[in-house]
Amino acid sequence: MIKLTRVSKEYPKRGHALRDVTLHIKKGEFAFLTGHSGSGKSTTLRLIHMADRPTDGEVRVTGYSSERVTERDLWKVRRRVGMVFQDFRLLPGRTALENVAFVLEVTDTPAKAVHSRSQRLLTQVGLSPKAGALVNELSGGEQQRVAIARALANDPYILLADEPTGNLDDRATRGVMDLFWDINAKGMAVLMATHDLELIRRYPHARVFELDHGELVFDSATDTRED
Amino acid sequence: MYAMREAMAAFRRAPVLTGLSSAMVGLALFVVGLFSLATYNLQLALSAIEERVEVVIYLRDDARQSEIDLILTELVAMEEVRRAEYVSKRDALERARRDLPEFGDLFIDVEVNPLPQSIEVELRDGFRSPDIVKRISDAALVFPFVEDARYGREWVDRLFALRRIGAASTAVLGSAFALVAALIIGTALRIAIFARRDEIYVMRLVGAKNGFIRRPFLLEGAIAGLIGAFFACLLTYGTYRGVYSYLFEIAWVPNGWVALGMASGGVFGALSSALAIRRHLKEV
Repeated sequence: MIKLTRVSKEYPKRGHALRDVTLHIKKGEFAFLTGHSGSGKSTTLRLIHMADRPTDGEVRVTGYSSERVTERDLWKVRRRVGMVFQDFRLLPGRTALENVAFVLEVTDTPAKAVHSRSQRLLTQVGLSPKAGALVNELSGGEQQRVAIARALANDPYILLADEPTGNLDDRATRGVMDLFWDINAKGMAVLMATHDLELIRRYPHARVFELDHGELVFDSATDTRED
Repeated sequence: MYAMREAMAAFRRAPVLTGLSSAMVGLALFVVGLFSLATYNLQLALSAIEERVEVVIYLRDDARQSEIDLILTELVAMEEVRRAEYVSKRDALERARRDLPEFGDLFIDVEVNPLPQSIEVELRDGFRSPDIVKRISDAALVFPFVEDARYGREWVDRLFALRRIGAASTAVLGSAFALVAALIIGTALRIAIFARRDEIYVMRLVGAKNGFIRRPFLLEGAIAGLIGAFFACLLTYGTYRGVYSYLFEIAWVPNGWVALGMASGGVFGALSSALAIRRHLKEV
C-alpha cells in the first residue's frame, strides 16, 4: 500500500529532513507516526502524498512510484490518498456541505450525485445536522470532521492525517479518533502523524513508527521491547 | 459547464476584486485605445498629405504633339502611374489666374505667356516614395523635349522621414503601451487568483486535474479582460466624441481595430491568468 525504500529528503536551506527511511504500511493498517517537532513526520506525509519528491530512494503509493509518476499524473495518486491537517484547510465562507461538494465537483463526480454523496459523507462523520452551517461557525472538532469527510470524498485507499487533533480539546480529540478508527475498520489504511504520546498510548493495537532527526528509530511491528 | 459556473461565481463572490481587475484592465487598455486613436488619425493625416505627392514634367515650348503623346503613353503604361494629365500653356495661365488671384494683374496684361506646358503625373497608392518619384522624374528627363521634372524633392523626403518616424514611434510606443497594459492586467488577475489560492490548493490536494483547475481561471481572466476591453472602448469613444465636438475633427478607428482590441482584452486576460496560476499549481 505504502512503501518507502531508503528514502532521504534534503532541503536546500534546512538540510536533511529524512535520512534513509524504509517503512511499509499494509492495506487496512492503522499506524501512528511520531517524533519531536522537526523529526520529519510532515515531510514523510508530504512524500507519501507526493507533494514532494525524495532526494534519494523511492516512495511507492498504491502502485505509483515517486520515480516514475509525472506531474501530469499526480492527480491519480491524490485521489487514492486522502489528507487531513491540523489546521483543517477548509474553504472559509462556504458551508460544510459546500466544502465536501467542492471536492466531488472538481474530481469528475456526476453533477446529479454531488449533493447526495456530500450529504452521505457528512452523515458518516456525524455532521449532517450542520451541513448548512458555514465552516467558520463550527467548532474545531466539527471543522476537523468536515475535513475528514472531504478527505473521504474520493473513496481513497489511505487516509493521511498530520497532527489532526493538535488544535482540539480532549473531547473533540476522542470524537475524531473514534471516527478514524471507524474509517479504518472499514478497510482503509490510516497513517496519523502526532507528537502526542499520550494519545498513542490510548491505542495500543495501532502500529507506531518513531522518527528522530529524520531517521526511523522505532517500528512497533519489528521492535520487541516493552514500552 | 463547471468552469463557466465557477468563473461566474467568482464575480459573484468577490465583486469588488473582480470589478477592480476589470477596471484596471479597462484603464490599461484605455491608454492603448487612446494611442490607437491618435495613431490612426496621424496615419490619416499623413496619407492625405501623401496623396498630394505628384511629379510635374515641364515640356519645352517647341515640343510637338506627337512627342507629347509619346511621353503620355509611356507614362500611363508605368504601373506606378495612376494618371498623367497634359496641361497646355493656356490652361496653366488660366489656372494661375484662378488659383493666384493676388497676382491677377500680373497674368492679365501678358503679351507672351511665360508659363510652360506640362504633364502632371499622379501616382498610385503605395508608389509615392522618394525613390519612385525620382525614378519617374529621371525617366522623363531622358526625353529631349522635357525641360525639367519636379516633385518637391525636399518636401517628399521630409514627408517620408515623418512617416518613418511615425511608424517607428507607433511600433515602439505601441509595444510599450501594450507591455504596460499586459503587466497591469497580469497584476490585476494575479491578485484575483491569489485571493483564491485556497481553492486551488484544495483542488490540487484532492486530485483535480491541472487542466480542470486552470479552466475556470482562464475563463474568469478572459471575461475580466473582455469587460475591461469593453470599458476601454467606451472610454476611448467618449474621448473621441469629446475631441470631435469641442476641439477638432478626428476620425473614429475602424471597426476591425475595435474588434481586435476586444479580442486582445480577452486573450490578454486568459494568458495573464494562465501565467499567474502556473505558480499556484506547483504549491502542493
